Amino acid sequence: MNIVVCVKQVPDTWAEKKLDPADQTVDRKTVDNVMNELDEYAVEEALKLQESQGAEVTILTMGPDGATETIRKALSMGADKAVHVVDDALHGSCAVQTSEVLAKAISSLSPDLVFLGTESTDAGMSVMAAMLSERLGWPQLSNAGKVEVDGTTVKVQRLTDNGHDVVEGELPAIVSVVEKINEPRYPSFKGIMAAKKKPLETKSVADLGVDASSVGLAAATTAVADSTVRPPKAAGTVVKDEGDGGQKVAEFLASQKFI
Amino acid sequence: MAEILVLVEHVDGNVKKVTLELLTKARQLGEPSAVFAGSGFENAKAKLAEYGAAKVYVADDPELEQYVAAPKAELLAQLVAEKSPALVLVPATIDGKEVGARLAVKTGSGLITDAVDLVTGDGGFVAEQSIFGGSTVVHSKVTKGTPIVAMRPNSTAPEASGGEAAEEKVSITISDGAKKAAIKDRVIEQKGGRPELTEASIVVSGGRGVGSADNMKLVEDLADALGAAVGASRAVTDAGWYPHQNQVGQTGKTVSPQLYVAVGISGAIQHRAGMQTSKTIVAVNKDAEAPIFELADFGVVGDLFQVVPQLTEQVKSRKG
Repeated sequence: MNIVVCVKQVPDTWAEKKLDPADQTVDRKTVDNVMNELDEYAVEEALKLQESQGAEVTILTMGPDGATETIRKALSMGADKAVHVVDDALHGSCAVQTSEVLAKAISSLSPDLVFLGTESTDAGMSVMAAMLSERLGWPQLSNAGKVEVDGTTVKVQRLTDNGHDVVEGELPAIVSVVEKINEPRYPSFKGIMAAKKKPLETKSVADLGVDASSVGLAAATTAVADSTVRPPKAAGTVVKDEGDGGQKVAEFLASQKFI
Repeated sequence: MAEILVLVEHVDGNVKKVTLELLTKARQLGEPSAVFAGSGFENAKAKLAEYGAAKVYVADDPELEQYVAAPKAELLAQLVAEKSPALVLVPATIDGKEVGARLAVKTGSGLITDAVDLVTGDGGFVAEQSIFGGSTVVHSKVTKGTPIVAMRPNSTAPEASGGEAAEEKVSITISDGAKKAAIKDRVIEQKGGRPELTEASIVVSGGRGVGSADNMKLVEDLADALGAAVGASRAVTDAGWYPHQNQVGQTGKTVSPQLYVAVGISGAIQHRAGMQTSKTIVAVNKDAEAPIFELADFGVVGDLFQVVPQLTEQVKSRKG
């Protein structure tokens, strides 16, 4: 089996995330960047299949030069090889454009299965699995808390607000995962050393047959007009419980007409 | 008046609150046409009329609900082509965003997700989003195609108005390509009358300080006294004390209720990202240094096992 895992590099959760005032894109230069957390779970799920069914796992990343750090991390966890789509023309691409580039890259790899995290921690749209599925015409098995591959059938538990749907599709398929699904491994020292020798291919948009003028900020389907950092919240009242803490909260809630 | 399509989210015709919010918002921007997919329209019609739907496009093919996202996107794409609406509104729920995503690809249109407001500005609709866990406010526009905006639940107060809800049947032939992810079963794990987390006007959440799955009952009891939804921090869902679906935070749900009560939650950035735009925040935590107190309008430093049951009793007695 041939598995592609889409992995995105994002600003670290602990970093103070901001937009670059010059063009209102995510500032990736002044912050520490890491693998999008939910993508670690996608890598882990692929590695479990690599171990149980003998799959080859390819990491696919679209992002600037520095994203190689994230790719190396995925390789050190145990993925076999990687493709890095890197091109200045991609800067500021919207989700619709990104999905076109990723879909072309995925097609060129002819996988049986594509894994990705349900959501990135920077854009947070939760739309990529649906967009890739739409472009590739493959089943959308998104928001999965459990995945089973049996022959050519993939069955997932798609989490809903009050439980889950059992959803089935045939390979090739797109599966997006949530963190309930597994416990991602840490790269071992051996894995880190091995990752340095694993194949990492870079591709431009031209290599993928995408017109450079159709991607990037200038051709994006959405545009940010302005942004403002929200001022910190004014300090509230904090009291120490002297045996009447619950009553004090109730009085506050009553004063605010919640009860 | 410009026609605005509003995708109805419902279960067997029981319309979700977010749909009423979208209809209210659509009335401020143009003339709302609800799009009802699946069975149960008879149950929904009065509600859609009450909240101002001028028209309702009804596609009652049961197959619309038997596959993930794709059939509804085909329905909307067909309506976009036939009716040329000025705007398509979908709820920023799991299903709503995925339908919007597929529609964006089909129509070559821009999609803005998680909008908290939408107004008419110079040269089109301007959406407000609260990004990076609520730390930055941005205004965005769609620049290509028919704008698709996914509005977050709880961002518009639903107001009744009264509309015709004139029914127009839509016949649709769902393509084989849209039938690839088949929903074989729907498993309900949580029953009961609590409001849904993202739609609730009050949320009570438990964190690591709650200490065990059994102790989440304290959080549930307070939630029930307040008529609130129950949330949980990641520590709680990772430990298996409460279902993943109830997680509030960066890898869970984003909520923006009128009142958020954080019980035994320290307020790590991961959690704050999911709740810091709540209108009023109350925190109970034994650690006076916990970052949650920086956000709290009212906080109590104390033992939650003393404070919360007392609060629950007070709420019950005050509500009578």
